[in-house]
Amino acid sequence: MSVTQQVISIALIVIATILTRALPFILFPENRKPPAFISYLATVLPGAVIGMLVVYCLRDAVFSSWHCLPELIAILFIFLLHKWKGNTLLSIAGGTIVYMFLVQYVF
Amino acid sequence: MNIKSDRKIWKAFKEAFPHTLPICAGFLFLGMSYGFLMKSRGFGTLYPLFMSIFIFAGSMEFVAVNLLLSAFNPLYVFLLTLMVNARHLFYGIAMLDRYRGLGWKKPYLIFGLCDETFAVNCTTTVPQDTDRGWFMFAVTLLNQCYWVTGTLAGSLLGNILTFNTEGLDFVMTALFTVMLINQWEENRNHRPVIAALAVSFLSLLIAGPDIFLIPSMILIVIYFAVASNKEIAV
Repeated sequence: MSVTQQVISIALIVIATILTRALPFILFPENRKPPAFISYLATVLPGAVIGMLVVYCLRDAVFSSWHCLPELIAILFIFLLHKWKGNTLLSIAGGTIVYMFLVQYVF
Repeated sequence: MNIKSDRKIWKAFKEAFPHTLPICAGFLFLGMSYGFLMKSRGFGTLYPLFMSIFIFAGSMEFVAVNLLLSAFNPLYVFLLTLMVNARHLFYGIAMLDRYRGLGWKKPYLIFGLCDETFAVNCTTTVPQDTDRGWFMFAVTLLNQCYWVTGTLAGSLLGNILTFNTEGLDFVMTALFTVMLINQWEENRNHRPVIAALAVSFLSLLIAGPDIFLIPSMILIVIYFAVASNKEIAV
């Protein structure tokens, strides 16, 4: 690929990315009421999408040799720590440290 | 800028900063890996810098490394980007209301709507005394600054972390997991979350890690179409 072709490719990635982010706002502008189903989706999607993102983060680990075992242990730890202390930053840091320990020393 | 609005902006950034701390760790680390990867493939610093500023979609930037080294195929690049980033459509729908009426900040908020920014802006209750628009603007801008800084450091300095970083990228999974727990506790209706988890996992097993998000999204919309019909009927 020449430099010009690389610049064109990057520009296309930029445009396509912006398109995926802006399309809902273009289709349903502020001055018009969105269809009932879209308003309904807006209320149920946050939880659903974050669930989908957790699976998205685990997508490669599922097919690795340990099939997500270290990830699941760390997630269980996060769950217990979060139930116990209820501190978001502590749960994230604790879970990450446990995971790093697991993949570096155990698995 | 008068003193009052200066204070409002400062307050929003101060309020937003702790929410972005895990993302700071994750983005500096992942950004550095990305910058380093680009450098090792022979790209000058301007490439990862401009890509991080203008694309600002981590997973797509990693995909782009190989794209830029293969034969020129603009249509493929465009369609692949739409596919990899299709999940953003859900973020936009979920944020239609929250980003309403924010004037000049709105275009940037939409431009910077990455996974992590979405997760924070969508789940955080902004304190009463803090300006909502500036808070979400601060989250978006801080996150992008972390990503661009990480990229730049990785490209200029290479791998400067001297400790064993294996597993550090789990900070993103941990972030989404905690947000999932918070969402679960805040909402009485758990069906959307259970349905999304089940459908995504099933799609992953059937379609594989590269394209499973597309079938998951379609199935989630179908599920909600059926569910909303039932709720309206009841």
